[in-house]
Amino acid sequence: MSDPDITFYRLQACPFCERVTRKLEEYDLDYRSRFVEPMHSDRNVVQRLTGKRTVPAIVDESTGVTMSESANIVEYLDATYGERGMGGA
Amino acid sequence: MDLPFDVVDLPDTDHPEEGDRVPDFERPLVNDEYWEDVSLSELTDDGPVVLVFHPMDGAFPATYIWNEIRDRGWTEVDNCEVVGVSISTPYEHETLLDERGVDARLYSDPANGVAEQFDIVNDLDGMSGISEPRPAIFALDEERVVQYAWVADEWPDFPDYDEVGDVIEGL
Repeated sequence: MSDPDITFYRLQACPFCERVTRKLEEYDLDYRSRFVEPMHSDRNVVQRLTGKRTVPAIVDESTGVTMSESANIVEYLDATYGERGMGGA
Repeated sequence: MDLPFDVVDLPDTDHPEEGDRVPDFERPLVNDEYWEDVSLSELTDDGPVVLVFHPMDGAFPATYIWNEIRDRGWTEVDNCEVVGVSISTPYEHETLLDERGVDARLYSDPANGVAEQFDIVNDLDGMSGISEPRPAIFALDEERVVQYAWVADEWPDFPDYDEVGDVIEGL
């Protein structure tokens, strides 16, 4: 099993996370899901990465990008893997 | 345990024995911060693994087993990884790790499919629709070949910790 470039930190049933899931699936991207706990105080792993305890958050090893906030992530995925991104590659 | 009556005998099964290669599986593997799908073979690729099947989190044997593992320092050894398996959800595993102060990773297998693969299913009387693994320990090398196997043949039953400790030292 090869390690996917994208690690996706998510919370079960979080609509903002599902929004990112849809986008990852739309672009058929290989990703690894890491589920965190509902309590913000239990999310140190995310805080170490992004400086915040919010999810969704992604780490994309192929571009060196780490970010949170679903709107930002969707915008990033569109730009990097969407038609525009693919066309430019 | 020395009890003035017979405890429940469990029937013989065809579980993996020393020298057998155990089946691979993939389930959410829970650490103290998050969980993600990880296959057993990914773990054994990194070194020997001691799989500890235990009753559902919250049942006293799960508590006793993890207290013992923690107190014996098996989660701190360098030559292998001691990994739990129960039917409890990842959320319950997080609680167990936190409450027991255990630094280990636990597989979550609510549908009990891994126990079926290993032929160590324990149907629970009085809890309709729920089965879990029998208490069991499999010490595996990097090829998932069993170096040591212990499967409960009574219910309840606990591993021989001294024996398992010797096995862990020799892995």
